[in-house]
Amino acid sequence: MSSLQDSRYILEANNIRKDFNVKVKNNKIVAEEKILKAVDNINLKIKPGETLGLVGESGCGKTTTAKLLLGLYKPTEGKIICEGTDITAFKRKQLKAFRKKAQMIFQDPYESLNPRFKIKDVLIEPLIIHKIGSNYKEQLKIAEDILEEVGLKPAQTYLERYPHEMSGGQRQRVAIARALILNPSLLIADEPVSMLDVSIRAGILSLLRKMIKERNLAAICISHDLSLIRYISDYTAVMYLGKIVEIAPTEQLIKKRFHPYTEALLEAVPNPDPDFKISLQNIKGEAPNPVDKPNGCSFHPRCVKCMEICKKEQPQQVEIEKGHFVLCHLHKNKNS
Amino acid sequence: MITLNKILRMLRNNKVGMIGLLIFLSFVIIAVFADRIAPYDPMKIQYDSDGGVKRLQPPSKEHYLGTTWMGRDVFSQMIVGSRIAVLVGVISAVCVVFIGTNIGLIAGYFGGTLDNVMMRLVDIVYGIPFLPFALILVAILGPGIKNIILAIVLITWRNSSRVIRSQVLSLKNRTFIEAAKLSGASHWRIIYKHIAPNVMPLSLVYVSTTMASAIMTESSLSFLGFGDPLQVSWGKILYACYSSQAMFKAWWWMIPPGIAITLLVLSGYLMGRAFEEIANPKLRER
Repeated sequence: MSSLQDSRYILEANNIRKDFNVKVKNNKIVAEEKILKAVDNINLKIKPGETLGLVGESGCGKTTTAKLLLGLYKPTEGKIICEGTDITAFKRKQLKAFRKKAQMIFQDPYESLNPRFKIKDVLIEPLIIHKIGSNYKEQLKIAEDILEEVGLKPAQTYLERYPHEMSGGQRQRVAIARALILNPSLLIADEPVSMLDVSIRAGILSLLRKMIKERNLAAICISHDLSLIRYISDYTAVMYLGKIVEIAPTEQLIKKRFHPYTEALLEAVPNPDPDFKISLQNIKGEAPNPVDKPNGCSFHPRCVKCMEICKKEQPQQVEIEKGHFVLCHLHKNKNS
Repeated sequence: MITLNKILRMLRNNKVGMIGLLIFLSFVIIAVFADRIAPYDPMKIQYDSDGGVKRLQPPSKEHYLGTTWMGRDVFSQMIVGSRIAVLVGVISAVCVVFIGTNIGLIAGYFGGTLDNVMMRLVDIVYGIPFLPFALILVAILGPGIKNIILAIVLITWRNSSRVIRSQVLSLKNRTFIEAAKLSGASHWRIIYKHIAPNVMPLSLVYVSTTMASAIMTESSLSFLGFGDPLQVSWGKILYACYSSQAMFKAWWWMIPPGIAITLLVLSGYLMGRAFEEIANPKLRER
């Protein structure tokens, strides 16, 4: 993203890769050990006030990428740089300081809150860990303020509740509050609304967008839903089997896309026009098992525009327009 | 951490557990006030008015549960004997579960070599037969409650540690643990603040069942003659009855300690059952 080069990034990921060792059952009795490349050479740069959308189908490595960026997984290769230092080499104290800066909202609000913690305990815990607020009363005040900010009013009625006494939407608001209570500069939302009822999704999303804009956060929003990504993010990266196949400013990507996979993904977005016919011509078959990735471009078995070279060589990233990068053999010549 | 108040709240809606708790509490009260309840000194030989020893007398107004061959009051022995039972049961249960829960938490959470070493240790302890081990240990270190408790603790921690570990293995992959990590929580904070309260009901199952089996063990060892020679316990009452060959002559001497042991052990299992229903919602009736 050359357009962003001169600004200060919160987080930079350089060629990160994450391999998992998996056991694959074959015909023989012994399970075979194989390597699953969950994330394969990804470069990302995030700066304050900008939201990056990460789209892709299930199992393409979106969540793994998020967890790598937050230091929950150690990358097999590559560096993640936060303010000049590599987070993979952090000592305990540095890691604790980094935790204060980078927070995450999880997919499932029914799982992400400890069932034995009251809401006030959930919110005050990060404050205790990072020694914010001089006494319990002060911490409680901070917790109340943040609860009101995420729309749980009046805060007093929620502080004493347990998670199971709240609805999914309310829980997700608590999760947002927990993520924001430390005043982070980076927020990663992993499918923030996919487990919620359709009726309350909009509320959570607009809250999320408001928070990101108000606090000038650098944000990454993960989803498989392009319309959601369009609503919330400035940049969009399309992932397929551990690779970013296309990345561009969101509106530009929606107007003009170059990768056949992005084409197919956009085609799948529901259209309210009843006369609109979905052509299922743009993609064939299902995503292959990430353990046995095809040679060459990993999308080639499903690609309708597959050429000979796609089966042999891995494509290189090309900047097709300003800030618009594609990983596809089709567009190799246009750049050079 | 879990308070008595919370335990009571857990048991309130569970009839079986409540019955267990009531039985247990009544034994505790008897044990605490044993000195005042017992009408006679349990070890004192009772004489009748003409100076003869009251040997094997059936229950009467003076001796509610008759007397032993040595002329001692069975009822007083029963009351005072409850002290040992409750003491051994509670102390060994608390020690066992404390050790077992901690080992399970640490092995399960950290995994890797530490887990491997700890679980192989559990395997070894599983290979030791309980009663022979306890017999030998008490024979070497000398009879007495301390050594009996030691023997129970050294063997029984294996059960709870393995089960707690498996529970921790599934808990540590839950999202809320990941969220706690992201908040910057240390390993110990995650273990004792986030995971431990979630395995507590399971630990309580082990507190109650271990209590029951500890009481059984103490009785067995005392019955075999390895109890503290200076203290009365239910197992020792049975031992005395057996060694005086009065088993079939004096029912009042043999049956009460049997019933008392059964009741106390039962109370442990009833409470355990109740906690198990709390720990495992699938067992709960709908």
